[in-house]
Amino acid sequence: MADIAATTARARRKQGTKLNWTELGPFLALAVLLVVGFLVNPDFLSVNNITNVVTRSAFVIVIGVGATFVISSGGLDLSVGSMAAFVTGVMILFMNTVVHDIGSNAIAAGMVLALVVGAFCGLGNGLIVTVGGIEPFIATLGTMGIFRALITYLSNGGTIPIDHSLRDVYRPVYFGAVLGVPIPVIVSLVVAAAASVLLYRTKYGRSCAAVGANEEVARYSGIPVIKTRVIAYVIQGLCVAVAAICYVPRLGAATPTTGLLWELQVITAVVIGGTPLRGGKGHIWGTVAGAVILELIANLMVLSDFVSEYLVAAVQGVIIIIAMLIQRFSK
Amino acid sequence: MNDIAPTILKADRLSKQFGAVTVLSEITLDVRAGEIHAIIGENGAGKSTLMRLLSGYLSPSEGSISIDGEPVLFEGPAEAQNAGIALVHQEIMLADGLTVAENMFLGRELLRRGLLDDAAMNKAAAAKLADLGCDVAPQAEVRTISLADKQLVQIARALLDNHRVVIFDEPTAVLTHEEVATLLAIVHRLKAQGVAVLYISHRLDEVEQLADRITVLRDGKMVGSYPGHSLSQIEMARLMVGRPLASFYPEHSKSSTAEVLLEVEEANVPGFAHGVSFTAYRGEILGFAGMMGAGRTELFEGILGLRAGTASVRLSGQPITVGSPREAIDAGIAYMTEDRKGKGLLLQEQLGPNLTLSSLKRFHPALLLSTGREAEALSQAIERYDIRLGSFDARAGQLSGGNQQKLLLAKIMLTEPNILIIDEPTRGIDIANKSQIYEFIQAFVRKGKACIVISSEMQELIGICDRILVVRGGRISGELTGDAMTESNIALLATTHSATQAAA
Repeated sequence: MADIAATTARARRKQGTKLNWTELGPFLALAVLLVVGFLVNPDFLSVNNITNVVTRSAFVIVIGVGATFVISSGGLDLSVGSMAAFVTGVMILFMNTVVHDIGSNAIAAGMVLALVVGAFCGLGNGLIVTVGGIEPFIATLGTMGIFRALITYLSNGGTIPIDHSLRDVYRPVYFGAVLGVPIPVIVSLVVAAAASVLLYRTKYGRSCAAVGANEEVARYSGIPVIKTRVIAYVIQGLCVAVAAICYVPRLGAATPTTGLLWELQVITAVVIGGTPLRGGKGHIWGTVAGAVILELIANLMVLSDFVSEYLVAAVQGVIIIIAMLIQRFSK
Repeated sequence: MNDIAPTILKADRLSKQFGAVTVLSEITLDVRAGEIHAIIGENGAGKSTLMRLLSGYLSPSEGSISIDGEPVLFEGPAEAQNAGIALVHQEIMLADGLTVAENMFLGRELLRRGLLDDAAMNKAAAAKLADLGCDVAPQAEVRTISLADKQLVQIARALLDNHRVVIFDEPTAVLTHEEVATLLAIVHRLKAQGVAVLYISHRLDEVEQLADRITVLRDGKMVGSYPGHSLSQIEMARLMVGRPLASFYPEHSKSSTAEVLLEVEEANVPGFAHGVSFTAYRGEILGFAGMMGAGRTELFEGILGLRAGTASVRLSGQPITVGSPREAIDAGIAYMTEDRKGKGLLLQEQLGPNLTLSSLKRFHPALLLSTGREAEALSQAIERYDIRLGSFDARAGQLSGGNQQKLLLAKIMLTEPNILIIDEPTRGIDIANKSQIYEFIQAFVRKGKACIVISSEMQELIGICDRILVVRGGRISGELTGDAMTESNIALLATTHSATQAAA
């Protein structure tokens, strides 16, 4: 009996250290990066700079949170960048049309429309993947092209600028702050907090991870597999819409290059956050840390003179490979 | 038996520690040429660890291994193979996308002028397979052949070179009765050729038939080595468990009533079952016997909405529709899969989430899951089903087979079914866990519920069922009750067409 108790205690300790590595890894990396940044350039840790960095990473955080659902349910969504552009374009066109009738209420209406369009885009992806039975990689590669072409078509290859009368009213959604905290940061935190409750503390979150871990087990356990996976894509669509809503005031227009290559940044953030690409487990706050890490690296390279900032993508590429190696060998 | 035969493989005071945990201590045994030496013990007794030490997958913490009296130290399985030791694994380890011959020669392909010589490999593979009584084509892709054939291919792969020691790790776990007979013949032939055989099995009847010597392990220690014919099955079981076992199967529950609980009519599952009708009574344990591939699993998967199929189902006289597994569970019909690793449990997940996965609704007082309730349910399940675990945050995959099975049973029972359908309730688990599972089944039907047991082990069905339906080729070929429930009657109904009349 004493033997068993001792074994139990040992096993628990062993398990404990193991868990810490995968879950704390991204946050440790973040901390290291902050220290290195401070040593390179003390301005790096200024409130101003940090706030800026987090604000800029808000899009990747919000979309990454959605991607954490899709990936932990065993899927993948490559269309998020083009979808963001498409949603932005539709939203701006709609607001510009109705602004003459309903004034600045057009913004609220536009936001609602953005969420609806995002949800439908996600629904489309989800149905193609589940009911259509197409590999997520291929299915969303297809819709990625479709959304990109649609925004190019809507903008006639140029830009879709937001109506002048709306620009100033809408501006605070990106540039404003509450108690000194920029609104995009607040939005990111709220989205991440809501998502972590959904993923870790609800029936849906459990089902989502179970479907990603082993679809057959989930099916035999009476979990509606198709519905669960479709909902993950809808959540992804909604997150894209939220990101688009925050993005509109920053550039004031939608163009065919809006959101270009965001999908890669988003997947990178999710994966360095500790969520395995094969699914079964999602780390929401890891994704948040991953997104901030990506932006911090870019920022650090601009602030320091060590490496040309043209090599940002290369450094990010190295980071993702290192992160994967750490995950692999800490098992 | 072979008193003058030379000892080939000898293990001397072999011990293995993982960290501070001793899983095997001071095991001493030897195998002679032309001898079958059986190793028996409960799950967790250290049999698999011992086999992995002997075949080079692990290196011992203490003690030594010698071949022909020369001490050896294996750096890996390849070295053990070169020394003439082959291990036939318990689990199928073949690459699905490759052909039978490609699998058999994987890593030691035959070459001709530097290129693969497929013709020679196919020929050699076919010869070896024919030798084992397996007629599967060497060019067939492994994914297309049956589970039993896969097992034979795996054995053929191990026997491709002429080995001096062959270790079988539970080789019959997935085989049907005839296939087991073929395998036992293979083992006998190896013995006749002067090969030293180490044979691990849960099936004590096989051990009784085969073994020249039997070594019993318990909790990583040696209980003793005995001449093969000196032990009966009951004595073996007693030595393994360390306490006397009154009887293998519990007393019949005798709780069967005449009240109909479940009626299934005209169940059709395309390709597997045709026009199957049956009734289960309150308090009854109803057995479904048949050969592997007779369509029993598919029949129930079809009835429960797990695969395409039609059936009219009545529960206590009320017609119900079962279109999905969820509807089945909600109607109080639970199905426990035979494939606990692939379809039953999330092996990477902790025990709590596994336990509650089929009944999440009940852990959902409001919007959020109650982890407190889940933890409470887990400790109740651990106690009620006697699940032995290393630690509370163990992953399901870290449990032994028997404990995984009990966790799966606990998960299914948490849905509070009125009708429990268990597919292969005791496959690959040890004796102590087996009798516990039989007791759980009986306790369940005594509460006025019904249990349907699908099993390929005839003894098991005869031991616990009130009534047995035999399935052959997707149809019910006969029904047996009382004293008519014998192995020969079941085998007859399961294999031959005219048997229906013969038994009636």
